[in-house]
Amino acid sequence: MQIFDQTLHARLFLGTAQYPSPEILQRAIEAARPGLITVSLRRESAAGHGQKFWDLIKNTGIPVLPNTAGCHSAAEAVTTAQMAREIFETDWIKLEVIGDDYMLQPDPFGLIDAAEKLNALGFTVFPYMTEDLVLAQRLVDAGCKILMPWGAPIGSGRGLNNPYALKLLRQRFPQQIMVVDAGLGAPSHAAAAMELGYDAVLVNTAVAKAGDPVAMARGFAQAVAAGRAGYEAGIIAPQDNATPSTPLIDRPFWHQAKGG
Amino acid sequence: MITITINGHSKTFPAALDIAALLAQEGYAGMTVAVARNGTFVPKAKQSQTAVQNGDTIDIVAPMQGG
Repeated sequence: MQIFDQTLHARLFLGTAQYPSPEILQRAIEAARPGLITVSLRRESAAGHGQKFWDLIKNTGIPVLPNTAGCHSAAEAVTTAQMAREIFETDWIKLEVIGDDYMLQPDPFGLIDAAEKLNALGFTVFPYMTEDLVLAQRLVDAGCKILMPWGAPIGSGRGLNNPYALKLLRQRFPQQIMVVDAGLGAPSHAAAAMELGYDAVLVNTAVAKAGDPVAMARGFAQAVAAGRAGYEAGIIAPQDNATPSTPLIDRPFWHQAKGG
Repeated sequence: MITITINGHSKTFPAALDIAALLAQEGYAGMTVAVARNGTFVPKAKQSQTAVQNGDTIDIVAPMQGG
């Protein structure tokens, strides 16, 4: 898929947190072959723990999407984004402004404030948002060309909590690049998002905390590809009555045994 | 003498210094890090011209895992 001047080789975006080990993270990346990898920033001690991780990610050759995880205000998010831009050498930023710590629910007001500032500073903003239609419009008004509604709260594994609203959003914003971000648990959730016409899905916990993260990474990659293929192929409309799939004309004994 | 907070820990220095000198002195030379002073980003190109003042809060961040 194409995001502005950059070609991404897959529609699965993969987070890098919470894996049992760096080795399993690396193998999961190899298995998933994601189009984009998400990363973050933390306070660094002079021991330099973050440097090895960054080497591992750089060696994959896959583009990165830094996030502003943990930010609770537009000001924090803007400073974090600027630091991320310098470190990761990308204008892309996954904008997280959290409004509720229990649900890790995005703060829609802080999000719009931060999105306006970051767009003015030349960032390409990937806003992590609720599935609210008006919020989406305000983010587009603020200059966002990408929208990332949640499927469900981060790490909850619930899948698509509100498929009706997600479907509506997709229909109302056909020009935007749209990614379902967060809350997915099973590969089928990813396939469902792709079948709705979303351009990509972003998954972390469902892979990292799976019994076998490497196998789950592969499963999500296959589900994303399958869901996208279904969307592109044109899914039939559901109906209430049966329609025979096997042609019954000229079938021997057809209706001859009635009553017998 | 100045006292500043680096990544949440208070530290005292004998004399004023700039951010580039602070990074070198604290062992961050050659590492991939970014810096904020009092919540405002200080680009690499400006680190040697940005003085650290008494009472400043300095955040030094590096890549980490994220979702």
